[in-house]
Amino acid sequence: MAAEYGQIALLIALAFAAVQSVLPLYGAQTGRVWLMQYARPMALGHALFLTLSFIALVYCFVTDDFSVAYVANNSNSLLPTQFKVSAVWGAHEGSLLLWVLMLGLWGAAVALFSRSLPMDMVARVISILGMVGVGFILFTLLTSNPFERLLPSSPTDGTDLNPLLQDFGLIVHPPTLYMGYVGFSVAFAFALAALLGGRLDAAWARWSRPWTTTAWVFLTIGIALGSWWAYYELGWGGWWFWDPVENASLMPWLVGTALMHSLAVTEKRGLFKSWTVLLAIFTFSLSLLGAFLVRSGVLTSVHSFASDPERGLFILALLGITVGGSLTVYAFKAPTVSAMSSFRLLSREGFLLANNLLLILIAFVVFFGTLYPLVHEVLDLPKLSVGAPFFNTFFIPLSSMLVAIVGVGAMSRWKMMPGKLLLGQLGGALVLAILAAIAFPLLYNGEMNWSVALAVLIAVWLVATTCRDVWNKCRGDLTRIPSLGKSYLGMIIAHIGVAVSAVGIAVVSHFSIEKAIKMSPGESAQLGEYHFYFKESGLKQGPNYTAHVGLFEVSKDGEVVDTMLAEKRKYTVKGSMMTEAAIDAGLFRDLYISLGEQLADGAWAVRLQVKAYVRWIWLGAILMSVGGLLAILDKRYRQRRKEKQEARA
Amino acid sequence: MHPQRKKRLQLILFMVIGLGGAVALMLFSLRQNIDLCVTPTQIANGEIAENQTIRAGGLVIAGSVKRADDGLQVSFGLTDGESEVIVEYEGILPDLFREGQGIVALGKVDSRRVLIASEVLAKHDENYMPPEVQHALEQAHKDGIENMQKAAE
Amino acid sequence: MNRLVLFVPVLIFLALGILFFAGIGRENKEVLPSPLINKPFPNFILTQVEEGSKQLTQQDLIGKPMLVNVWATWCPTCKAEHEFLNTLAADGIRIVGINYKDDDAAAMQWLQDYGNPYEFNISDPDGMLGLELGVYGAPETFLVDGEGIIRAKHVGDLNPRVWEKYQPQFALMRAAASRPEESISDKGSE
Repeated sequence: MAAEYGQIALLIALAFAAVQSVLPLYGAQTGRVWLMQYARPMALGHALFLTLSFIALVYCFVTDDFSVAYVANNSNSLLPTQFKVSAVWGAHEGSLLLWVLMLGLWGAAVALFSRSLPMDMVARVISILGMVGVGFILFTLLTSNPFERLLPSSPTDGTDLNPLLQDFGLIVHPPTLYMGYVGFSVAFAFALAALLGGRLDAAWARWSRPWTTTAWVFLTIGIALGSWWAYYELGWGGWWFWDPVENASLMPWLVGTALMHSLAVTEKRGLFKSWTVLLAIFTFSLSLLGAFLVRSGVLTSVHSFASDPERGLFILALLGITVGGSLTVYAFKAPTVSAMSSFRLLSREGFLLANNLLLILIAFVVFFGTLYPLVHEVLDLPKLSVGAPFFNTFFIPLSSMLVAIVGVGAMSRWKMMPGKLLLGQLGGALVLAILAAIAFPLLYNGEMNWSVALAVLIAVWLVATTCRDVWNKCRGDLTRIPSLGKSYLGMIIAHIGVAVSAVGIAVVSHFSIEKAIKMSPGESAQLGEYHFYFKESGLKQGPNYTAHVGLFEVSKDGEVVDTMLAEKRKYTVKGSMMTEAAIDAGLFRDLYISLGEQLADGAWAVRLQVKAYVRWIWLGAILMSVGGLLAILDKRYRQRRKEKQEARA
Repeated sequence: MHPQRKKRLQLILFMVIGLGGAVALMLFSLRQNIDLCVTPTQIANGEIAENQTIRAGGLVIAGSVKRADDGLQVSFGLTDGESEVIVEYEGILPDLFREGQGIVALGKVDSRRVLIASEVLAKHDENYMPPEVQHALEQAHKDGIENMQKAAE
Repeated sequence: MNRLVLFVPVLIFLALGILFFAGIGRENKEVLPSPLINKPFPNFILTQVEEGSKQLTQQDLIGKPMLVNVWATWCPTCKAEHEFLNTLAADGIRIVGINYKDDDAAAMQWLQDYGNPYEFNISDPDGMLGLELGVYGAPETFLVDGEGIIRAKHVGDLNPRVWEKYQPQFALMRAAASRPEESISDKGSE
């Protein structure tokens, strides 16, 4: 019965969402307070019943109800319980329900945490979120119902979850990613609400910021988790493939970053209003586009869910209504008065403008490269795919320029930054950066590497200019740092995170060592300073798999650093093979061993790698997220509550 | 000219040049960095230029996988149901690589019409055939029938 | 800023929308006709699942219009469509099965457990016939007329909603087949 309850709950949620979409907005447009007051309760009801629906689906999985088609196709009685839960979002229908759930939860969050906002704004925001919710719940119910039954002859057991997905990464990556994707719907709703209400001012930007930053933090963590997961799960040590689905997550992140920065300008200076609104619409549009690309079969990717043209058409319609509708509202209601005169190009506004232009440009290149194969297909030109080199050719120079201006931009003043003053601040940082850039490759490898040198140059430059700014603001007294404000400190930490990731990416790409060789037990290989000894091979039994294992001893300078176990698993139900790489993680290097195929005479094809500084990539992402979190907690976003408390006292 | 207008003009000019330059660079880079999707038949017929990176989809011919005694060189046959092509690869093959299964090989064709693969990709699920392979198979079958009919006339 | 400039994003999006719409149409395996449509069923020599010693060829298909259904015991979606296939067979519709990449004994047991709508089953353990048919996975169903020409292909399970689409075409095929004096060959006019 759980599946039926789940479906009923979904229908009830749809009802709540429908009311949520209409009444409050109508109330806001006509000034009827009693209609606007529907917003919060409807949003909460919407979220509540979606939660119940989701719990019902989880229940079906955990109790092995294989009469539910979705459970039968994605689970198995032998599957460990934690994966039965995560299998809920392992394929299209369930992951869509998760999407929809998160949309509802974000709406509820807005309902609960917006006490200090004017009623009409809240009403509009919640209505718009309701509309998006209606669209997606309908999509789920009509084309992708996870609660459909396989009756009367239901399978006695399921076909199991794809072993690649039976992993901790799957438990956390999709939910985090979706929180980000869906979270940008709030910024989107705020933007549209502002357009519809005719109120686009600094106050609006201030309200919008914490929501936007929160979504951005989730997306950052989600993407980083995805990269980390691919690294250890796919068995060959790669961490980014410019796969269409990966690109689909990067685009909203890039534009979302631009949005965050644009909101800052709008809040502080009342500028870029039109741009900020457009960015908010674009960011969420790119989230929706990502959903479309993955679920419509338009692009082939190892990530994509099963392609179904009916679904593709539905999402396209959703995309059309949401994006087309919002862009039309934008065209009619966005402000046309521009205040371009109020700042000089050499100023904080100028740097932020450059920052946003670069981010948008990178996003555009990724967009172009991702969709180019589709254009070719539709125009009946020869089928092709766009490889990593295309993306890298642009990404590296553009992002390098970006990293280079981060520190400088942050230390510039609003409106006008005197050139001489700026140069005075930068001199020391520049010298430090150049020294570091030359020293690092030489010390690491004994020879020069210009790519790494460039990365170190801009990264150290970023950190040095950032530290210089902190120093200035503390007026030389480091004990003053905590009083600088969470928003500022958050920015500092996030920017340092960017530098850390940049270094990680450059170093892992150029200073890593890889060897794919044939090895028999007893043989060894040397990679740089590390000696890999293939000690023995054997067999192992898991809960739903059997595995060949290879035991390796790795030593450096004659001392054993670690004993590592690499596995080749065969999953019982589907018979699929999977590689479990052995990883010895370290701050400055990962040792990475994966088994290929078994060859004749007990030998194995083995891939050995020393991945230099790879953890820096995700560490940088963590720093960025921490910075973002800190910024959200800044007291200025809680001003009203404090004022209320003071008023009461 | 009014300074505000001048600055706006400068900015617009900058953006237009920047965007134009970017698009031009992109199209140029695209030409260098695209992987053309081809079928084994096209390779076997000599339709593929030698210096073009291509993606060929097909099925691994049963019994054709040969590994070198030393090292990780491997060669196997790839077919779309009509023609066969040899693929040579050095490295570790993906887990889902099996005879009779669909794979996509990325690489360049040499003078012997052998595909020297830099990457071999297998689909992520047994029951899923990459559209390239699917398309190649159906096209080959259709061409095969047409050729037979023509020959019969 | 000119109001008109603000309309640029909508217009760009419109262009994109058209691109995507066209893209879906292309990838749609049902909308895009398979190259096999209107071509004879491929030649094959395989054994029968029910009787391992009996040989079957494409000639055994000719006679009455039929659905050729690709299925396997390891495929849960096949299980989902099975009940519907049973009802179709009960209605007198001829269904021939291709047991794809499967085991004969397991298939026989399965049919015993869940009902047998098939006139007979072609054993295709290596998937070679599937290869010829461009089979994508299981289940897939082909509409084949009385002369052994493939008229339609459906990827995915058969259910009442899907059958609504193919039923008219199939009815026409049956009607044409039961009037042998009329010419049913439309190879020339296509």
